[in-house]
Order: sequence, then structure tokens, then C-alpha cells
Amino acid sequence: MFAVTELNQRDKKVQGLCRILFMIMTGLLILPVVLILATLIYKGGSIISADFLFSEPTDGMTAGGIFPALYGTIWLVAVALLISVPLGVAAAVYLSEYAGDNWFTRVINLAIINLAGVPSIVHALFGVGAFVLFFGLGTSILAASLTLAIMTLPVVIVATRESLQAVPHAFREACWNMGATRWQTIRRVVLPNAVSGILTGVILEVSRTTGETAPIMFTGAAFFLPFLPESVFDQTMALSLHLYVVATQVPGVPDELPYGVALVLIAIVLIMNSLSIAFRMWLRGRKKW
Amino acid sequence: MVAGQKKVVASAPVVAVGTAGSVKLEVKDLAIAYGHQTILSGVTLSVREHEIFGIIGPANAGKTSFIKALNRMDMFTSSMRVDGKILFNGRDIHSLRNVYALRSRIGVVFPLPVGLPLSVYDNVALAPRLAGIKSKEELNVIVERCLTRAALWDEVKDRLDSLGSLLSGGQQQRLTIARALSQDPELLMLDEFSIAVDPVTTMRIEDVLKELKQEVTIILVTNLVQQARRLADRTAFFLEGRCVEVGVTEDLFTGEVQDTRTRDYVEGRFG
Repeated sequence: MFAVTELNQRDKKVQGLCRILFMIMTGLLILPVVLILATLIYKGGSIISADFLFSEPTDGMTAGGIFPALYGTIWLVAVALLISVPLGVAAAVYLSEYAGDNWFTRVINLAIINLAGVPSIVHALFGVGAFVLFFGLGTSILAASLTLAIMTLPVVIVATRESLQAVPHAFREACWNMGATRWQTIRRVVLPNAVSGILTGVILEVSRTTGETAPIMFTGAAFFLPFLPESVFDQTMALSLHLYVVATQVPGVPDELPYGVALVLIAIVLIMNSLSIAFRMWLRGRKKW
Repeated sequence: MVAGQKKVVASAPVVAVGTAGSVKLEVKDLAIAYGHQTILSGVTLSVREHEIFGIIGPANAGKTSFIKALNRMDMFTSSMRVDGKILFNGRDIHSLRNVYALRSRIGVVFPLPVGLPLSVYDNVALAPRLAGIKSKEELNVIVERCLTRAALWDEVKDRLDSLGSLLSGGQQQRLTIARALSQDPELLMLDEFSIAVDPVTTMRIEDVLKELKQEVTIILVTNLVQQARRLADRTAFFLEGRCVEVGVTEDLFTGEVQDTRTRDYVEGRFG
């Protein structure tokens, strides 16, 4: 009854081949990451030191450290988050919890999808036109962060809306049936159970914002500044632009310097991503239903 | 808070148990449709204060939709349309501006348990908190009373902090009942509450319902005709989107029916 037929053997062979093929494909995915990291560590690892991270560039940016750029990047990302997270979460809560399915929300959804598809250089030009010139913010952290915020808004909205919708509808109805208003339901039941997913989305967004160059290069990031920004209305250096500058714009830069900058940049992104993965795993462990 | 509504509630007469009370809920020519499909039509009946009003009938008779209409749950489903009049305490619930006040006076339990992803304690304390009760002692009393009535207290008293959504199905259903009771409702609607509950616990809850009758009006939708016989003072028989008849429960079971289909259903000859 359970004798192996020729057909069984062929199926088994095909299945084995598929398995190996897919495994190789998956393995190929890791290759670029490993190669990039290996190259950066090999070529730029030697320059990384506390001194490199915490001192200013000297000698026309051919020596010294990267502190103003590191500091500026943290500023830019933080201000961008302060703007995009409240705005994006509020919009997502409205779309997911309040708005019905009508032409208005469909237009909004379309706008979000399109906003996500706009190339970052176009965002940059929009930022120059709107924030730098029209609102008169000048080239400043605020203008650059606003540009970054608009660029990352779709990500926040989509991530938030998805985690809100992952909360079963039955919970909402149970709450409404007790006489709770929409907002009471959102505050007591929906948001507490979606906040984890929202935070995961935000962390991913941080890593993306950190690396963006185009949106900030015309709106607030400076080629070289010998001092640190004192307020959001100052210009600042930023890691991503600094990398572009030392890699292509300044003559006589020692080889390991751009690699070192790239290593720091990618380290920030990888650390952020790992945090978000760890966070998600921790949350999955305490799933509430 | 709607001013007029409060007055009506305050003047609602207190009626002795078992006697025919004043009308708590009046339904006139109710019709319910989803899109173009009519689920229920021509329902006219009234539920008296402090009675257990049973609703029996096979699947697709429109029982659950009926319950939903009473709580204005049609507002949650855009395709659901309710026509006709529903008077709660003499007020047309479709003209109420404060539906939240209406819903907070009506406790609902559905067949599938919904333990909110809050602690057991917070599940039961939610409605009182929404009603503005903040004092810890007061909440403690309410939580213990409601969980005891729902026959759940002994099982969860040592783990009130654990998640309500992680209790077993039967426990979650009793938690749902406790939550409905925590609203201190004037009307309690149970839709086949015993589906996810074991027979022993069902009996305990049935006993509680008999006691609760002194304070609350109860509408009991059930698939178990014997459950209706055990509990309901009067019973309505729904069939294929119509209310076939409403009568004193015992009459329905002793064959004193207006419609032979009722007798057939009660005796298990179809359905």
C-alpha cells in the first residue's frame, strides 16, 4: 500500500531541487549586505575611534572627526519625528477609526500612496519652494526636518493604520455596546493594543530618514560648518551629506575617511533596524489575543 | 444626557416580580434590511418591565438582527437599515441624540465571547469607569459582584490582573456577561449566551438570570427551546423574518398556540 512508485520518486526529486534552488536564492540576498559591511569594516574600520566620533573635521575636511554631522543628523531625525509621528498617527486614527468608505477617504488614500511614490529629490525641491522660500524658514534644521517629515508621513500613516486594523473589530463593538464613544474606545482598547505596531513603524522610519540625502541638501544641511547648530533655525551638517561631500567633492581626502563615515551611517541604521526587530519579537511574545 | 430621557427613567414604576409590569420596550412594525435584502419585517411586540422575554426560532429567523436594532447597532453596519418604531422607556430610540446613554442602559451578550485585551479586572471595571466611577473601593465592589453573578469569581479571583482575552472560551463568555452586568443595565439582552458555556455553568447562570429579573428586564434569544421554557415568562417565535407569535411561554409548550408552526417548532418537528 505504501510502496514507492516511480511517480513518487520523481516528485521527491523535483521537490528536492526546488528546495535547493530557493535556498540559494535566499542565500544570495544576504550577499550584498555581507559584502557592503565587510568592505566598509575592512577599509574604514581602522579610522573609527571615540576621537573620530566626537571631534570636528579639520584641514578642509580631510582629517579630524564627524561630530557636527552626527549631531546634526540626530537633530534632523528627531525634529522630523516630532512633526511626522503626531500628524501621521492622527491621520491614521481618523482614517481607520472615524472615516467611512467614501470618495473623500479614497482621495486621501490615493494621495498617501502617491506621496509614498514621490522621489526624494522632488520632495527636496518642494521643501525648498515651500519651507525655505515661501514660509521663509531659510535653509534650516526646521525646513529640512519638515521636508523629511512629509516624505516619511506615508510610512507612518500606513504602519499605524495597519496596526490599528489588526485590532479585531469585535473589541470595538463590545466597547461601543457598553455606551463608549469612539474616542473612549480608541483610547482604552484600540490604541493600547496598536501602539507596539506603531512604534515598530516609527523605528523603521527613523532608519530611513537617517540615510536620506537629497531632501536635506537644499533645505538645511550644510557643506561644512565649524560650529554646532543652536536652534532649529540654524543650518547643520548631516552624516549623509557629509559622506557625499568627502567622497566626491573634496580633494585629498584619505581613503579610509569616507568609508568610516559610511560605516557610522550604516551602523546607526542597522542598530535601529535590529531594535525594531527585537521589539517586534518581544511584542509577538505577549500577543493579547 | 438627554433631559427628557432622564425624567422618563425616574418615573418608571417599580413592579413586583412575576406580575405583568409596565411596558419597558415597545416595537412597532419593525423591519430590518441589509442592502436590498429584508431580514425581518412586520414585528410588533412589547417587552414588560422585569420579565424574561424569550425569543426562539431557527437560524436566519432574524433574531440577532432584532437584538442589534434594539441597541442601535445598525449604526455600525452601513448596509443595515431599520424601519419602524422602537420605544425604550417610551422614547423613540431613533430620535435619541445620545445613543451612548441608550447603549449604557442596555447590556448585550453575543454568542461568541469577547474578552477585551485588558485585565479581567479592567474588563469588568470598564463600563463603570466610562460612567465616571473612579473610587477604587466602589470599583472593587462592582467587579466582585458582577463576576460572582456571572459565576466566574471563584475561578479568577486570584488572577484579576491576567488578560481577559487569554481566559478559556467559556470563561470569556462569563466575563462578557459580567461586563454586561457591570453596566448596571435596565435591559439585558442575551443572544444564545450558552453556546460557549458548559451545561453546569449554564445552569448557574440561568439561576442568576432568574434572580436578576427582580432588577432588570431580560431578553433571551436562544436556540434551546427548553432554556426558553425554563426561564422565559413570555416567548416570541421568529421564523423566516417574521414574528409568528408572542405568548405566555407555558402556553406555547402546552400546545395553546395561535399558529401550528409554533407547536411544530417547539416539539422539534422542524427547524
